[in-house]
Amino acid sequence: MERIPILKMGPFLLVTIQVDMHDRLAQTLQDDLAERVVKDGSRGVLIDISSLEVVDSFIGRMLARIASISRILDAETVVVGMQPAVAITLVELGMSLEGVKTALNVEKGMEILQRSLGVETGGDENAHPEN
Amino acid sequence: MLTRRTETVNIALEEDIVRVRQSTRKLAVECGFSLVDQTKMVTAASELARNTFVFGRGGTATLQVIQDGGRTGLRLTFEDQGPGIADIEQAMSDGYTSGQGLGLGLGGAKRLVNEFEIRSKVGEGTTVVITRWK
Repeated sequence: MERIPILKMGPFLLVTIQVDMHDRLAQTLQDDLAERVVKDGSRGVLIDISSLEVVDSFIGRMLARIASISRILDAETVVVGMQPAVAITLVELGMSLEGVKTALNVEKGMEILQRSLGVETGGDENAHPEN
Repeated sequence: MLTRRTETVNIALEEDIVRVRQSTRKLAVECGFSLVDQTKMVTAASELARNTFVFGRGGTATLQVIQDGGRTGLRLTFEDQGPGIADIEQAMSDGYTSGQGLGLGLGGAKRLVNEFEIRSKVGEGTTVVITRWK
């Protein structure tokens, strides 16, 4: 079965969507991510959509659901790399992706995830050596 | 009004929604649409193709490059012989859903195009026509 690969990077999961997903593929990604968050004990999910030329209401909803599911499973989700034309279209479509953290690129997204870990382990001097 | 080009995509499988998106993109590029306008048209096409597949139980998308006077446009017609829509006004409103999704399909698609037309008869099917001009 066709699947979007999920990479593990330390405490985080990284997904780069590079194909024009049909609905079932998007649904499978959502389910796979939920399972991997639990199985790997991941604390964050980073989804890179910079290759996506279209995000319609179905994909938009999937992104929002991934964020909600991950949150319940104690992981943070950040969606990165949205193209400007996609952002303009999504808002006009009526989707504001409320509850979904976003960042301009992978690097900034990773910073958000790292910070979310740092806040939670604030008492651990190894997590925040600069403080 | 002149039709410069016509393409038809059958919508019978979920994957056909992707084919509608790809064909719409190709013709939107041919029409010389800006990237934002291409994206809007492709997104509207995706919403309507999904409606045809899910609620209309399949149908067709007809894509036409049209010319009216000096202007070029892209017109997409989605037709199904599904159960039809009893209350179109309700179906157009944001948040309305017949079970799946957020119900942004029809109302959302309308906001992304210049012209929007819908005809539906219960028991006979639904036709939606959208047009975007360059």
